[in-house]
Amino acid sequence: MTRRGLAGPAGYWVGFVVVLGLLTVAPLVLPEFWRRFVTEILIWGLLAMSSDLLIGYTGMVSFGHSVFFGLGMYGTAAALLALGPPNLWLALASGLVSAAVVAAFVAYFATRLRDIYFAITTLVFSQIFYVIIFTWTDVTGGENGLTFSQPPFSLPGLWSGRFTPVTLHWFVLAVVTLSYLGLRRITQSPFGMVLQSIRENEARTRAIGYHVERYKIVAVMLSGLFAGLAGVLYAIQNKFAAPDFVLFLVSGEAVIFNVMGGMGTLVGPVAGAAFFLVLREAFSRFFPEYYLIPVGVIFTLMVVFLPQGLLGFLRRRLNA
Amino acid sequence: MIPFDQLLVQAINGIVTGMILALVASGLTLIFGIMDVVNFAHGELFMLGAYVGTTIFVTTGSFWVALLGACLTLAALGAALQITTLRPLLGRDPLTTILATFGISLVLQNYALWQYGPVPRKITEPITGHFQLFHIEYPWYRLLIALLSALIIGGLWLFMKYGTYGIWIRATTQDRLMASAMGIPVPWVHTGVFAIGAAMAAASGVLFGPLVGVNHAMGFDFTLRAFVVVVVGGMGNLGGSILASIFLSLLEAFASLWVSPAQAVIVSFVVLILTLLFRPTGLFVPTPK
Repeated sequence: MTRRGLAGPAGYWVGFVVVLGLLTVAPLVLPEFWRRFVTEILIWGLLAMSSDLLIGYTGMVSFGHSVFFGLGMYGTAAALLALGPPNLWLALASGLVSAAVVAAFVAYFATRLRDIYFAITTLVFSQIFYVIIFTWTDVTGGENGLTFSQPPFSLPGLWSGRFTPVTLHWFVLAVVTLSYLGLRRITQSPFGMVLQSIRENEARTRAIGYHVERYKIVAVMLSGLFAGLAGVLYAIQNKFAAPDFVLFLVSGEAVIFNVMGGMGTLVGPVAGAAFFLVLREAFSRFFPEYYLIPVGVIFTLMVVFLPQGLLGFLRRRLNA
Repeated sequence: MIPFDQLLVQAINGIVTGMILALVASGLTLIFGIMDVVNFAHGELFMLGAYVGTTIFVTTGSFWVALLGACLTLAALGAALQITTLRPLLGRDPLTTILATFGISLVLQNYALWQYGPVPRKITEPITGHFQLFHIEYPWYRLLIALLSALIIGGLWLFMKYGTYGIWIRATTQDRLMASAMGIPVPWVHTGVFAIGAAMAAASGVLFGPLVGVNHAMGFDFTLRAFVVVVVGGMGNLGGSILASIFLSLLEAFASLWVSPAQAVIVSFVVLILTLLFRPTGLFVPTPK
């Protein structure tokens, strides 16, 4: 726990390189369906990691992450539909700015509250934005959402062309890996240590002299920013933005990913997302629309009997 | 300018929905006040109560049997859920109870969708008469709902105040450890409270059923509204929840004169946020010293 950053144990980095290598070659060997599936796991994994920054590291359960994810999608759609020729980086920036603005707004109000009150307030905020998006048909397309064509994949000066499933996967993998390293750096920085100290004992952290509210606001904003990034990736992959993704169910899924995978590990929530999507895939073969019944049972059992989640036992090593 | 009669009709509508909401919210606030459990599945118990009501109604043809049957069934289900999932969580972080009840709500909601399908079901109201209210025919049933809700809440209050088990419940709220030292079976008090809360949710579900048609998604809406009410009224405060239910329902009813009902919900949310910012202990409780 005392060693930080690149000086961490070699075992961790060997594991990191192996997993990254496997994910890099995955689209070359997997059939079409599973290629897309792995890309989706990465995107939902990014959403899960973003909420882990709050749930696992700061001890604040957010039931409103869908609003950041959804605004990332709508921001992307806005840039691709309204601003000149479709540009990937412009879309990315626009999605991030939309998510960041909403995150700043939510963070300002919600962080004044703790525990369940925070959870309820974030949930209520996401519902407010859902109602606005759902009913403001002229701008947001209402129930139908917005559809657009995929922007070309351009690396200025290096490469330009259309996205293929393989390059899209690599693009998503690169963004998610960089986000992971960024989030990992954040959680291990002095700032991240203060967040963990808030989780362990908020009163004492305040007594030491930290301005707890400011740290919480920044934590929510950072978390919202990464959730928005996940929304941007999802929008680019699927070429639409829809109000369903602002709905609280997506927030609930982000919480499920965290609980299933193991809170406070960053990698755990990604594993949780993978586990959830695999379960959904497996169960929807048997119960097409009711896969949430067995998934909900498994989730509840895990809350009661396995609160650490799948990768909780690795918590120390993953944060080393 | 909105004519006076429309304002009056909306006021009555607001009070009627407010009383239903108060019934849901008092179960939620009871569970929170006594067990520190935020029951995310409360709206699903409300929804499932309404469905059980429709099933019993179709077989027996009596609304009152359906009401009673739904309450008993949901009380049993609530007790079973509490024993299997919430009792093991006693003493852990209260946040884990949100997660556990969230899992339960997923299961119940999708179970209802699977069992009853997406088409809304109807319960017929027990009295179909109307009375003349200005230019519209206002159904007596709506007033009956408000009256019955008030009776049930009043009954709960009397039970808590004078009943032996009610005193056990209040003792458990005040000091769990001392209550247990005095021989009160605290785990069973918790189970009982959860069962009572579930039965109240079921009662409101059956009463509300004839107004909208029973569907699997009605629960979440009520979970959210009941949360808003419970926070605005002051967590764990029964009287505050009732006042807050009526206050917010009136606001929404008046707001829906100008905007669509879907947008009127935002009014409640704004009240919630303002309450949390300026008076986080709740609007309808005395200022804490």
